[in-house]
Amino acid sequence: MPDRVSIRIDGELLHARLGQTILEAATAQGRFIPSLCHLKGLTPVGACRLCLVEVAGIGRLLPACTTPVQDGMAVTTRSDRLDRYRRMILELLFAERNHVCAVCVSNNHCELQALARRLGVTHVRFPYSFPKAGTDLSHRQFVLDQNRCILCTRCVRVCAEVEGAHVWDVAGRGIGSRLVCELNRAWADSRSCTGCGKCVQSCPTGALAMKGFAAEEMVKRTETITRLVEAKGVRA
Amino acid sequence: MSRARIATVWLDGCSGCHMSLLDLDEALIGLAPKIELVFGPLVDAQEFPEGVDVTFVEGAVSSHDDLRLAQTVRARSRFVVALGDCAVTANVPSMRNQIPPKKLLERIYVDGVNVNHRVPADGVPALLKQASPLHEVIRVDLHVPGCPPPAAAIGYVISELLAGRRPDLAGKVKFG
Ligand code: SF4
Ligand code: SF4
Ligand code: FES
Repeated sequence: MPDRVSIRIDGELLHARLGQTILEAATAQGRFIPSLCHLKGLTPVGACRLCLVEVAGIGRLLPACTTPVQDGMAVTTRSDRLDRYRRMILELLFAERNHVCAVCVSNNHCELQALARRLGVTHVRFPYSFPKAGTDLSHRQFVLDQNRCILCTRCVRVCAEVEGAHVWDVAGRGIGSRLVCELNRAWADSRSCTGCGKCVQSCPTGALAMKGFAAEEMVKRTETITRLVEAKGVRA
Repeated sequence: MSRARIATVWLDGCSGCHMSLLDLDEALIGLAPKIELVFGPLVDAQEFPEGVDVTFVEGAVSSHDDLRLAQTVRARSRFVVALGDCAVTANVPSMRNQIPPKKLLERIYVDGVNVNHRVPADGVPALLKQASPLHEVIRVDLHVPGCPPPAAAIGYVISELLAGRRPDLAGKVKFG
């Protein structure tokens, strides 16, 4: 089997490596597909559905971050339908928690906020749920603010896959789902957290942050996580 | 050409959006001959007038007075703009939405002070159960998010509307 395949993305013929996902192949060619739960270096899980694309001959939409390329595949990454669905997903994420961007530590550095701007979301058509979401301020250096969590599970994966501690999980179902620290204890009581901060740096929003940062001050270093994984891969 | 009748309304917000409007600075002088400001914190009118072309609403809908005024605005304006995050998302005013109003007021005015343990009742409008974005209570024609929206975005919206076009804000504004 050849390890190079030819695919079409939005009509343009490109070469990709077998084993690459649609998102990887598109990104390698400098193309933009919206994504949120994806972080280069972590196992893709297809949780947020922002990267949904149309693949010719397949009746349903597929997440670009988990779908491997195949020879001859024809992918559409932008259409009115995809734009509509992506905007809707963002609006639902905003409606589900209390983001209040204006007073967020990650204001102006947030991936959710940036995507909403880029995709032209100027308001949320769904009624806000204003849930009582809570915070965990127990950790010496870090804060978990559930009001801003989009359940992307980047923190869950980075902690389990890169740090090897597996502190985070998601508990509950549907709109009641919550990020939990080890079978639901306070972060400060975690037996396995090493205090490495990888979860904080991976989080796309202000849900995980360092203590002592005011509004607009928390910039995440997601590329550090990617570099770390790539360096580890070389050593292994 | 007759001048466009413009109104501005200040509901539950910090007036920052109105400040941002004033930040248009000298551009305001260019706008002045084209518009007539018929209501708002910047003019004297006591009652919201009939036949308004465009109303800019700052602030969330938090009290019964806010709600009544929002409904009047809708009934008397051809085009309603939700200006800024409080009007668009309920923003900071909505941070009280998990607490019942009675408990909230007691926490602040009774438990939270050393003297005068009393929830003010005279001359202050009663709170609604939750603060809401404007479009959850009336139909809104255009949303301009931002805390506050930059003066340039407000200027763009006004000049497009005066030219009879619908402003396209995609990529120009953001929450927060
Ligand atoms: S600080 Fe490190 S070990 Fe602790 S929860 Fe975050 S990623 Fe896991
Ligand atoms: S805390 Fe951050 S990284 Fe973790 S699931 Fe929530 S949004 Fe994602
Ligand atoms: S980035 Fe593909 S589903 Fe989230």
